[in-house]
Amino acid sequence: MRTTAITAQPGSAQHRPDSFDVERVRRDFPILQRTINGKPLVYLDNAATGQKPQAVIDTISRYYAAENANIHRGVHRLSVDATAAYEGARAKVQRFIGAARPEEIIFVRSATEAINLVAQAYLRPMLEPGDEVLISTMEHHSNIVPWQIVCEQTGSVLRVVPINDAGEYMFEEYEQLLSSRTRLVAVTHVSNALGTINPVRRIIEVAHQRDIPVLVDGAQAAPHLAIDVKELDCDFYAISGHKMFGPSGIGALYGKYELLDDMPPYQGGGEMILSVSFEGTVYNHVPHKFEAGTPNIAGAIGLGATVDYLQQIGLDNIAAYEHELLDYATEALSGVPDVRLIGTAKHKAAVLSFLVGDIHPHDVGTILDLEGIAVRTGHHCAQPVMQRFGITATARASLALYNTTAEIDALVAGVGKVRKVFG
Amino acid sequence: MSALTDLYQQLILDHNKSPRNRRKLEPADGRAEGYNPLCGDRVTVYLSLDGDVVRDIAFEGSGCAISTAAASMMTQRLKGKSVSEAKSLFEKFRRLLTDEHGVGDGGPELGKLEAFGGVRRFPARVKCATLVWHTLNAALENREDIVSTE
Repeated sequence: MRTTAITAQPGSAQHRPDSFDVERVRRDFPILQRTINGKPLVYLDNAATGQKPQAVIDTISRYYAAENANIHRGVHRLSVDATAAYEGARAKVQRFIGAARPEEIIFVRSATEAINLVAQAYLRPMLEPGDEVLISTMEHHSNIVPWQIVCEQTGSVLRVVPINDAGEYMFEEYEQLLSSRTRLVAVTHVSNALGTINPVRRIIEVAHQRDIPVLVDGAQAAPHLAIDVKELDCDFYAISGHKMFGPSGIGALYGKYELLDDMPPYQGGGEMILSVSFEGTVYNHVPHKFEAGTPNIAGAIGLGATVDYLQQIGLDNIAAYEHELLDYATEALSGVPDVRLIGTAKHKAAVLSFLVGDIHPHDVGTILDLEGIAVRTGHHCAQPVMQRFGITATARASLALYNTTAEIDALVAGVGKVRKVFG
Repeated sequence: MSALTDLYQQLILDHNKSPRNRRKLEPADGRAEGYNPLCGDRVTVYLSLDGDVVRDIAFEGSGCAISTAAASMMTQRLKGKSVSEAKSLFEKFRRLLTDEHGVGDGGPELGKLEAFGGVRRFPARVKCATLVWHTLNAALENREDIVSTE
């Protein structure tokens, strides 16, 4: 197996950012060797999905080649080992986000499923007509629609915290929108469309003063920032495996143990029960109560390998490096005539949503693709954000730990080419 | 010709810059709205028919260069044509964009619409070019519901 870019140094909690070697990181990701349209791949679509390090690919491949068995059943050796690996991955995710106990980690299909689980198993039973759920304008559709559904089911009302022209959460309006009917606050940690890093700790603090629980959508934060759910004191936190360089089809929901323990199951089936008869069923304990059916075992183990990888490099190193990249890219793109950045929050992750004059983002995306540059174009599953800025779409370059300033230069040259074609 | 200049031919760029027949047509004998949920683009096609003949045709909406040029050039091509010619042109146009075996023989010629042949190399962009034609089909049936590319 390949070695990772930075070897963890026992005893030294802090890495100096300049110990971050992007060229070594790049060697961990085999897809970055590819060419597209005869040009080296410049992958700037990390907010859509991250690329996979060899260590993760090897872990999944080894699991299927040599370790595959169903878990929590059977006494045979393979099943015992697979169970240990699956539960080991749960403990890795627990440590990664700073949860108090491994039982507080529920493996799900995606961050989307994590949010739906909370909407249906936690919130729905308590909602009365006229109750309120408070989200924000900058949410991804996955942190809007599950709440809309549960509001429709119960006669509750969805309230929305506005964002300002820079794409920042409007905190005073948030405080005013909190009411005696607010039953839950849901907010994204990092905006996928704008890059805004939200003041989630303060948001949670204010909600808790009124005993309102908070769900944080961490799909865009986990690949870029160190997360500590205990320090945040959030009630629920959702992460997505594939966005943090792990496999697709796996994600995790963190929930405070007491909340999870009180919740009814989300889905019924095998694994989530202790005993079944036609007279009644006794549900399994947390977390298994929420993991009906054979789970994505390889995905969970792959996610564990991802977490190992990120921790070896260090989230603080990653965040520091990406911040440098963001500054570089912001300056470079701002220098191109006719380029308008959408999302200029003071606290930002390395996401650059932009427009080039009145050229449609799809045309921008196609011309960049011919240069081997992958960006996302469209509404980024955040149509209310687009409506807020009076546009239908943007081109979006979203960066990750393996991107380089040379790639930003390629992007800027590509945008120059776009302007030439449409000049 | 490079893929880039093949896709963004001068003719397409010209129509994108100054689209023809981009206006409202009232009253219209047929009207339909098309929607591409992938990019959020919307287009409305208006038709005025004289028996079986397209007397006037116009569109509204804004989208990418490919979809704007497709709408502009479609309206230009169809004015004065019969409904059955319009339908057979759509079929030929669709095959130009998707069919390895070409557009086939017989029927009206695509003419300038052949400029869209380069789109075939960009599968993600085919719907940009065909949305307005699907919408035309709906307008011919005078359906008021929204046509989606998905």
